[in-house]
Amino acid sequence: MSTNQRGFVQQVWDFFCSLKLTLFVLITLAITSIIGTVIPQYPNIDERYWATISAGRKLLYERLGFFDMYHSWWFLALLTLFSVNLIACSIKRLPHVFKFVSEPALTISETQQKIFPSKDLKLSGSLDESRDTLAAFLSSHFSSPTITQVGNQYHLFAQKNAWCRLGVYVVHFSILVIMAGTIIGNVWGYKGFVAIVEGETVNTIKARNGKDIALGFEVKCDQFTVSFYDAPGGGGPSQMPKEFKSILTLTENGKEVPGYKHARVVVNEPLSYKGITFYQSSYGQANDPSTFFFTVKNRANGKTDQIALRPGSQTRLSDGRLISIVDLTDNPGEGTAAVLSVTDKGTEPKFFKVFKNNPGLDDLRGDSFIFTFVGTDARMYTGLQVNKDPGVWVVWTGCIMMCLGLCIAFFMSHKRVWIVVQHGYARIYGNASKNQPAFMTEFEALAEELQKQNI
Amino acid sequence: MLSAKLFNATTIFYMASTLAFIGFLASRNKTVGLIGTGLAWIGFAVQTAAIGLRWKESYDIGLGHAPMSNLYESVVFFAWSIVLIFGIIDIKYRYRIIGAFVMPFALMGMAWAQLYLPTDINPLMPALQSNWLLYHVITCFLGYAAFAVACGVSIMYLIKAKSEEKGNEAAGGLMSQFPPTRVLDDLNYKAIMVGFPLLTLGIITGAAWANYAWGTYWSWDPKETWSLIVWFVYAAFLHARFTKGWVGKRAAWLSIIGFAATIFCYLGVNLLLSGLHSYGNLN
Repeated sequence: MSTNQRGFVQQVWDFFCSLKLTLFVLITLAITSIIGTVIPQYPNIDERYWATISAGRKLLYERLGFFDMYHSWWFLALLTLFSVNLIACSIKRLPHVFKFVSEPALTISETQQKIFPSKDLKLSGSLDESRDTLAAFLSSHFSSPTITQVGNQYHLFAQKNAWCRLGVYVVHFSILVIMAGTIIGNVWGYKGFVAIVEGETVNTIKARNGKDIALGFEVKCDQFTVSFYDAPGGGGPSQMPKEFKSILTLTENGKEVPGYKHARVVVNEPLSYKGITFYQSSYGQANDPSTFFFTVKNRANGKTDQIALRPGSQTRLSDGRLISIVDLTDNPGEGTAAVLSVTDKGTEPKFFKVFKNNPGLDDLRGDSFIFTFVGTDARMYTGLQVNKDPGVWVVWTGCIMMCLGLCIAFFMSHKRVWIVVQHGYARIYGNASKNQPAFMTEFEALAEELQKQNI
Repeated sequence: MLSAKLFNATTIFYMASTLAFIGFLASRNKTVGLIGTGLAWIGFAVQTAAIGLRWKESYDIGLGHAPMSNLYESVVFFAWSIVLIFGIIDIKYRYRIIGAFVMPFALMGMAWAQLYLPTDINPLMPALQSNWLLYHVITCFLGYAAFAVACGVSIMYLIKAKSEEKGNEAAGGLMSQFPPTRVLDDLNYKAIMVGFPLLTLGIITGAAWANYAWGTYWSWDPKETWSLIVWFVYAAFLHARFTKGWVGKRAAWLSIIGFAATIFCYLGVNLLLSGLHSYGNLN
């Protein structure tokens, strides 16, 4: 390798090790991340959004990967650069720090003697006696010292929490651990969804990429229920849902899985079996043929009848008009409602909504018949998010490492004390890697205690 | 309800405290500064009682959850956290004048909450019914509060640095009240040193909760992304201190930008963008 080449390699290496690169990457990540919070991201793009932007802009955004920004090549490249920078910095600095921790400077240099705070001490005993007494003092009041002879002096060195200098590398490494965890989850895990109608059983789910995945066991939905908060001031339930609850039973090879009979799944309390987890995610009415029940009150004579409607078929009312159910809606704030259609001979059908939780409302329509929605024998289905993520524990391990590393890096300091002993005279020096004011208080107390001793 | 009256009293105490600190800034009278701190502590005690009472009141009306579940409650808790962090720094470092640049944040929060936000105690939607709510909100807001203090200190740093550049350090001037830039820089760093681990913990508890509720610990939702943006900015700040040319003013600016990003993450995302934290909306 020529000098030029080596120079180039060195430059590249220095580039990847530099803190300026760290700042550049962190600030660039911060700024570019904004894009995906402003531009809608796949798969959550509302169809109406496309009408609000021009075709040219759409093409530009697509080319730049802005509709799936956090997985675009350039964002992943930035994250890779971030990791490379992290690893390079660690490779460059860690050996030094490790040496500093494992092979500390046992003697104090002249430069250090000039800059580190110090206190003087008069000694009356012999040099060896004084040395041993001072060593015993450090052992009992700080930590046990190592003694080195330098000419006619002894250097006593004691330290605390040397390993806390590694805290920052624990934080850096934890970022890589978290990234590894997400990669493991993406490669060996999946996210999917399954809708199970009450009383039915499934053994496959649909992954996000559209593939069917066999679970290896069966899941039966025994029941799905929604409960509501009481309306303020009483008077029955409000529209505010309190709990979505699925009751599931798991079977494997035709046998019930012990502990998974009538298992409960609510939001914030998922169900896990064999590394696969089920989360309560959505619900709805099964669209299998079912019957809807209504009461019909004749406004003129007050007579009330019961009718049962099935989607796709018509029923004749007592005045000869035809009635059918065309839709069932469940909008937030208004609850379940049936959309009915009434057709008089030779006229256009009239559509109107009958709300389940608001029985008096149809009166206001002014028709000769007043409808109330009694209920249905329709079955519910539960929508479950189904995940397998073998990397999630790696991610949590990384998170715990990061918290511990931050605490070590920010709140602990490496404290060092030296005592230089010579005949009739000694001087104590101190140094801390962080939080000097707090260390000074500790150091001064230590020196004061030392001066009180009769050595 | 009694808690509502106590929250009003809190707002008045914080306003009085802010005024006292401004008076301290102008008069350089130590007693006025002491009064400012005293009023802040009284307001803090009243607010603590009010939060506790609101918690109890939510049980009385049959809902029973920690008072941290909607925008009003979170703004109130934010103001409480700011005063707490300011109080701790005041006890530890005794630079009372910082109050003039920190208490206004607490006052603005309380005034906005009391005057403009709906104060009802709402039932919790299913996704919020979790113990993670408490851990997540407490860690996040204590972190945000530390950043608010850091921002106030950074503003002081920039003012002080500017006056030093101009050579306006005449003895007895307004600036003589300010701690030296070295101390302000150190306080800025200390506040962020407290805020950064708390924010990290806030993001992690949020991710853990999302994993329980929705089965995914990270989905690049705007709220998650913005919390990460804030994390990146403060991570840059922490590294800037070891980088030539980034110490001092640039670090102070990073701290101010970091707090602006924090406020956007907290309010901007709810009010302007859509996503998982939509229950924090005004309507």
